[in-house]
Amino acid sequence: MSGSSKKIQRPLSPHLQVYKPQMTSVLSILHRMTGFAMAVGILVVVWMLVAAASGEQAYNVFLHYAGSKIGMVLLFGWSVAFFYHMSNGIRHLFWDMGYLFKLQNAFRAGYVVLLSTVVLTGLLWWTVCPFNVH
Amino acid sequence: MKLKWEESGLKAPLARAKGLGSAKEGSEHWFMQRVTAISNLILMAWLIWSVIHHIVGASHADFTAWLAAPVNAILMILAVISVFYHAALGTQVITEDYVHHEGLKMIKLIGIKLFFFGAAVACIFSIMKIAFGG
Repeated sequence: MSGSSKKIQRPLSPHLQVYKPQMTSVLSILHRMTGFAMAVGILVVVWMLVAAASGEQAYNVFLHYAGSKIGMVLLFGWSVAFFYHMSNGIRHLFWDMGYLFKLQNAFRAGYVVLLSTVVLTGLLWWTVCPFNVH
Repeated sequence: MKLKWEESGLKAPLARAKGLGSAKEGSEHWFMQRVTAISNLILMAWLIWSVIHHIVGASHADFTAWLAAPVNAILMILAVISVFYHAALGTQVITEDYVHHEGLKMIKLIGIKLFFFGAAVACIFSIMKIAFGG
């Protein structure tokens, strides 16, 4: 190599940190994050089913950890991730069919996704809450 | 260096397309992600309903009795296949987008396929054991 081997520090693209977070970009990365979180959470489903097949004792161990404080926090987090990913997934299916491409509609659908996440998560936990009298 | 599709100017568009990659299986990943998204919607609606009505607060005996019913066992196996397939496709895209070291990327891509296939087999075996053992 001739000349200086010093690398010129030119700005690289894309410059993610200079962009203002927007409804479209934030929801997009959230879709991936919630999807990935649930992919990891699949291990809990495997644990539950294998424990149930192994016997009562193994299943009770699973129930003990699932019902613990950290277990409940994780389950709540996964339920939020699930309802978000499901709602935003439907938004994606609309895009696949050619709808909601107008920026205003993409933003509106984004707010619907956020509202639906809150409502569905709330409904699920309200329904299964042991203090709630049916 | 000439690129593959520049070899000859006499090639028909189809031959050029073939040289660039498949015009058939190329969309398989994208398409199956949508197919499993739709099956996930249906199967997860059933599973959330079942979680509320049969799984939360169920003892080992309750849960295995519920899962042993043919309709439940069949839908649960379908849910496992649909969700795990969808998760494998999604994590593959995330890996392809963010892991830039070729060797590491290959290890992760192979690992993802083995992990989800193994996890699915563990779940399906457990469901079948409960369904046939009851």
